[in-house]
Amino acid sequence: MKALRDYLDKIKPRFREGGKLEKFHSTFEAFETFLFVPDKTTFKGSHIRDYIDLKRTMTVVILALVPSLLFGIWNVGFQHFRSLGQDAGFWQLVGFGLVKVLPIVVVSYVTGLAVEFAFAQYRKHEVNEGFLVSGMLIPLVMPPDIPLWMVAVATVFAVILGKEAFGGTGMNVFNPALLARAFLFFAYPASMTGDTTWTAGLASGKGVVDGFSGATPLSNAAAEALDKIPSLTDLFFGFIPGSIGETSKLAILIGAVILILTGIGSWRIMLSGLIGGVTMTLIFNAFAVNKYMTIDPLTQIMMGSFMFGMVFMATDPVTAAQTNKGKWIYGFLAGFFAIMVRVFNPAYPEGTMLAILLMNTFAPLIDHYVIESNIKRRLKRAKVTVKS
Amino acid sequence: MNEEKVKKEKDPWFSAKNLSLLKRPLNLENPVTVQVLGICSSLAVTVQMKPAIVMALSVTIVTAFSNLIIALIRDSIPSRIRIIVQLVVVAALVIIVDQILKAYVYDVSKKLSVFVGLIITNCILMGRLEAFAMANKPWPSFIDGIGNGLGYGLILVTVAFFRELLGSGKFYGMKVIPEAFYKAGYVDNGLMILPPMALMTIGIIIWIQRWKKPELQEKN
Repeated sequence: MKALRDYLDKIKPRFREGGKLEKFHSTFEAFETFLFVPDKTTFKGSHIRDYIDLKRTMTVVILALVPSLLFGIWNVGFQHFRSLGQDAGFWQLVGFGLVKVLPIVVVSYVTGLAVEFAFAQYRKHEVNEGFLVSGMLIPLVMPPDIPLWMVAVATVFAVILGKEAFGGTGMNVFNPALLARAFLFFAYPASMTGDTTWTAGLASGKGVVDGFSGATPLSNAAAEALDKIPSLTDLFFGFIPGSIGETSKLAILIGAVILILTGIGSWRIMLSGLIGGVTMTLIFNAFAVNKYMTIDPLTQIMMGSFMFGMVFMATDPVTAAQTNKGKWIYGFLAGFFAIMVRVFNPAYPEGTMLAILLMNTFAPLIDHYVIESNIKRRLKRAKVTVKS
Repeated sequence: MNEEKVKKEKDPWFSAKNLSLLKRPLNLENPVTVQVLGICSSLAVTVQMKPAIVMALSVTIVTAFSNLIIALIRDSIPSRIRIIVQLVVVAALVIIVDQILKAYVYDVSKKLSVFVGLIITNCILMGRLEAFAMANKPWPSFIDGIGNGLGYGLILVTVAFFRELLGSGKFYGMKVIPEAFYKAGYVDNGLMILPPMALMTIGIIIWIQRWKKPELQEKN
């Protein structure tokens, strides 16, 4: 550690103003602050800085995502060999999963960070580490068989139009990872929808056992084949086909606990999202016009990416509502619409992505009215005290 | 004395001032990217190059001649009913253009469908008539109309170029992306065909334009 610090201190002057490598100042800065907590002090205004800065925050989120990633890697292999009807050892499953998942992670990070560094260099900004999390979220919401160039195109699209166009990390209106997924969903629907995309190797159809359809619980539900929806335990532990990181609710819950304990993810949004989803399902249960509407709330929220979206996407501190009351409204509506889109629109088997993106647009509006009403209430109180 | 004044004001046909009327709408005063007018039709007709070019020509002709006609009769239009008069002129021209399109390029006219008729409501037209033709002589008005039509057309064709190339792999109706690409796994981008991507393409053009021309950026 000490040697690394000494080395950084030694090469630092070269990146300072007037130094030989001044052009790459922001790149150097990014690596230095990533490796060590910066010892910067403020010169004016508030002098107390939390030791946990943006990079440390992002690292915690990554840690929270690790269980989902690990399970995703295993499940990609598991689903693949299940579709072939073969028995494979644990390491064979993990090995296959690694071959499928790791390239997606690498492509997402390399393209995203390249764009991010290029913009920071050009604008003479510091490189903000917002992409550390997006780069991990993007692979987790992809189907295992997605062509790598599509991942690259979607990542570039999401970082440039979703983030840099608005001014970089912290200024974006939409969650970049969701934007990348939405882009793929509309641009290349053949690779993002249908029954064969969610299990690796299924699209080619080679050696697949009879009767294996690869349909996700959501597409079973949309086809009103309720008896084909896997059992609750399968849904909970995640032995189902789906996007890489979304299947295991257990792994997501571990991540949620990490986020809540460290105070980085908002428990208000997660809880209200859950309440919103359950409320919508109960409303559907009350009407029960078709079979999809009769699915009980527990199954409904365990299917698809609902939990993943509510825990990792909706809680994105930049695009979510900022006020506490606003967070309740924001989360509730996100959960509410997620289930609504899913049940009402057969063209969009999963509504979580669209619901969260929709609520991203409304988050500033919600905040605005929460703050306005607070001001009004306090004004009223102030008037009363003056009178008495 | 009065005559002298009139003579002084007379410009040669292609004076620098008149030429700038033609040039400025192409970039610094572009009706689409700077004034953000005529967006609806630029979203609707830019899936392919051919309809976009026809649409651009139609709008150019209608703006140019409606500007000319309104400038000719501008002194005799009562200001209270000027919008109605302008609309009548524009509507007449649009119907003529529509009929010509139907007669000579029927397939394109079918693709453009209602959008030729909707040129009447194109904000660029009313904007130019109100802002320019009502206060200027016929010749500069005519040039201004051509300039604005071309400025609109420039953006339309640019957007259509990218949407057709990336969305269906074609350039002016011809396949340009080789078959080998598709075999290697390349897929046309379905989002480019949807209207939202037209809006985003225009957004990117505006972004690039404002980056190249800092004078367009607002100072906070």
